[in-house]
Amino acid sequence: MKKVHISTTINGDEVDFLCEPTQTLLDVLRDELHMTGTKEGCGTGDCGACSVTLDGTLVCSCLVLGAEVGDKSIETIEGMAQGEELHPLQQKFIDHVALQCGICTPGLLVASKKLLERNPDPSEEEIRYWLAGNLCRCTGYQKIVEAVADAAQEMRSA
Amino acid sequence: MAPKPGSFSTSIPYEEKKLKIVGTEPADRPDAVDKVTGRARYAADYNLPGQLIGKVLRSPHAHARVLSIDTAAAEAVPGVKAVVTRDDFPDMAVEHAASGELMINFKDVTRNMMAREKVFYDGHPVAAVAAVSESAAKKALKLIKVEYEVLPHVIDVEAAMQSDAPILHEDQFTKGVDPTPEKPSNIATRIESKLGDIEAGFDQADLVIEREFRTKPVHQGYIEPQASIANYTDGGQVEVWTSTQGHFVFRAQIAKLLQLDMSKITVTAAELGGGFGGKNNVYLEPLAVVLSRKSRRPVKMVMTRDEVFRATGPTSGTHTKVKIGVTKDGRITAGQAELNYQSGAFAGSSVPMAAITVFTRYDIENVLVVGHDVTCNRPKVAAYRAPGAPMIAFGVESVLDELAEGVGMDPVSFRLKNAAREGTQTHYGPKLGPIGFVETLESAQAHPHMQEKLGPNQGRGVATGFWFTLGKETSATLNVGEDGTVNVIMGTVDVTGGGRSALAMVVAEELGIPTEKVRVKSGDTTALGFNFMTAGSRGTAAGSMATVKASRDAIQKACEVAARIWEVETEEVVWEDGHARPASTNVGDFEPLSLADLARRAGALGGTIAGHAELDVAMGGPGFGTHIVDVEVDRQTGAVKVLRYTLVQDAGKAVYPKFIEGQFQGGAVQGIGMALNEEYIYSEKGTLENPGFLDYRVPVASDVPFINTEIVEVPNPMHPYGIRGIGEVPIIPPIAALSNAIYHATGVRLRDHPLSPPKVLAALDEAAPAIAAE
Ligand code: FES
Ligand code: FES
Repeated sequence: MKKVHISTTINGDEVDFLCEPTQTLLDVLRDELHMTGTKEGCGTGDCGACSVTLDGTLVCSCLVLGAEVGDKSIETIEGMAQGEELHPLQQKFIDHVALQCGICTPGLLVASKKLLERNPDPSEEEIRYWLAGNLCRCTGYQKIVEAVADAAQEMRSA
Repeated sequence: MAPKPGSFSTSIPYEEKKLKIVGTEPADRPDAVDKVTGRARYAADYNLPGQLIGKVLRSPHAHARVLSIDTAAAEAVPGVKAVVTRDDFPDMAVEHAASGELMINFKDVTRNMMAREKVFYDGHPVAAVAAVSESAAKKALKLIKVEYEVLPHVIDVEAAMQSDAPILHEDQFTKGVDPTPEKPSNIATRIESKLGDIEAGFDQADLVIEREFRTKPVHQGYIEPQASIANYTDGGQVEVWTSTQGHFVFRAQIAKLLQLDMSKITVTAAELGGGFGGKNNVYLEPLAVVLSRKSRRPVKMVMTRDEVFRATGPTSGTHTKVKIGVTKDGRITAGQAELNYQSGAFAGSSVPMAAITVFTRYDIENVLVVGHDVTCNRPKVAAYRAPGAPMIAFGVESVLDELAEGVGMDPVSFRLKNAAREGTQTHYGPKLGPIGFVETLESAQAHPHMQEKLGPNQGRGVATGFWFTLGKETSATLNVGEDGTVNVIMGTVDVTGGGRSALAMVVAEELGIPTEKVRVKSGDTTALGFNFMTAGSRGTAAGSMATVKASRDAIQKACEVAARIWEVETEEVVWEDGHARPASTNVGDFEPLSLADLARRAGALGGTIAGHAELDVAMGGPGFGTHIVDVEVDRQTGAVKVLRYTLVQDAGKAVYPKFIEGQFQGGAVQGIGMALNEEYIYSEKGTLENPGFLDYRVPVASDVPFINTEIVEVPNPMHPYGIRGIGEVPIIPPIAALSNAIYHATGVRLRDHPLSPPKVLAALDEAAPAIAAE
């Protein structure tokens, strides 16, 4: 299959890649760019493990074609920590044991970060509904909800 | 005479002592930062230079004879480097082995990973391709011509047990019945477990209730699909990185299935993205190895979610009957159950384990349990967290609820009156040792949850669960670095992500050093002696036995080094608070030496300080739990809302309590999902209709409430820290607890799983005239 050439921005870096017209953004990130922090749980938009932001919008990267992302700004889990310093959400996820196996964690963190940008003081219910697109099979969600609420509070008082 | 199994197994008696580290929170979790930054490497994240992509062609039929497979056109696709079918794998004779909590048979394992004479389910592999790209591999799959003779199929367990049902295996005659039948049957095995005199037991009863229950298969639903990457080198060495709960067991299976020397195979367990029992079986690994051997390139294979649902083990769908008798004053006199469990395409469901758990929470003198393991045209079942137990607990705990009401007792007091305690004779063999069941019931009874007021259409349900703590082969190596920091290599897979921390805490406690000085990682199959898989809640319980033994071995060596420095006998040195000290003032007046002091000098005084353990850990220290749930039932839609949930469980000793809470919550939510929504749905043609997360709906964050957890600690007498397995019990009670709660909210009992809105609504409608008439 003939590949297309795309130039775009990922986590602030200019990136060029070639992809088949049928490859998704998730395939491009993982298989072409070897940015494997973004996970694939279903490939059909149902689990949220592949969450990234595309020009600031939270999307399932398995539902976006690689060929569509030219000249956009993409943020992935790899761009979340600032050097050694973890984002407050990342730290709170660790502190609250909001991750067990961790396969859902990158997607949940990207989605939670977007939530706090839109709503710095979400209620428990708002957190639960916002994260309803991100499946976690290990934790039962409680510690995730607590971690997000705690991170929100810390970020508000910062 | 052959030694009795278990007679060489190890247990270390419980030692009561003050603990500094075990039971606290670790300073850091070795896996956590990599997981939150996306750097942790799961199987699908591995890539090798020159790798090909492997894909599997799967049967579209539920049951068919495979007449021929023509791969010529597929092989001609540019970029295709290898195609394999049944002809590329040696046939296997009947040979059984343990794989997690279930038994496997190599004759079936080879047929399950690649169909031979017949396909037995929608999704059964018939061929596999390796190509330079996924698109080339997919193109090739479409060009493989398989000629099938479609056969009648059977999906459900009751239908499969009928004498005129389509038969999956013409050579399968029911075992466990005398005389062995002459006609083949889908009932692979009949098992029986008895205690006392069942008839006499029912005669003593004033109230006897008998009910029938049905449950649908559910899937483990781990978020990481199975993935493997294999590299068969020209020298005949095999390397495999894969998603597994037991890399040593996988190595043994690959060696057997492909007839290779074990020593030539290295299997590395990648970071695991959830397993819950579902990653106890090889699926892709042997295919990837053979594709690699054929193509002379590394081969990477990753399942799609559709493949995970269609072809990896769900748990059994079941049909059960439960009959229990009680006296007027609430004493259970007899318990009888029949368990009919689907095993899927090949024999070997969880029915033997499930049969053991049926009444084991209660002290009942007369018991009869009969189980049937039944093949049908579905994927071969795999273990799923306390495999088989939630379904029969649904039946038993529902009937107990009815009986409690019948004799006018509240559900907890009724259970307390009949609860198993130390010394209770089980119906499957042993007497129970010290257990914490009564304590969980008492804590539940005293819990503030019990005082919460319930409104209209709201109800409260209670149910309990029991599961084992598996022992088995476990190895560990501990190396003390020259600076006194410690590396521990463990051989069990850390399936939850908290296992490495828990083992580090135990080692730190033993050595008397801070947890941050201990690094635990999983070794590949060349690093240690054989380790059984992480199953049966054994990860921390059995894993820590090996690390305790290895720590004590290292301490012995450290004391030897101190003795050489002080020029005294080793027996004159003791280990206390992370230091070697003279055993008494008579030995001499020496300054204590820390592990770091000793490690620095050990090289020239006999060699590096290290410790080992290669054990067969004894099974023991079962876990018990009690759950309370409040629901509200929407009479218009049949939807059940979980209002509050409380879980009390005996952990023996909680090593890392916050993590245990998380496992409790996760297990309970899986149980809630199993109870209220999840089910496999098949079409008339025997194909799976909901192989995706859209239609197979696992709980999401907005579906569930907070789960209150309470840890009870009744030490396991067979473990130096008293640790019990905790991972599986939490999934057992939810179906029953929810069903009981729905009854107390509506007056309607549901005995057909899942307790989903259509089922609830139908039951309410059916009951409406009766209730109105009352
Ligand atoms: S992988 Fe994209 S939503 Fe599941
Ligand atoms: S931590 Fe395992 S899926 Fe969320």
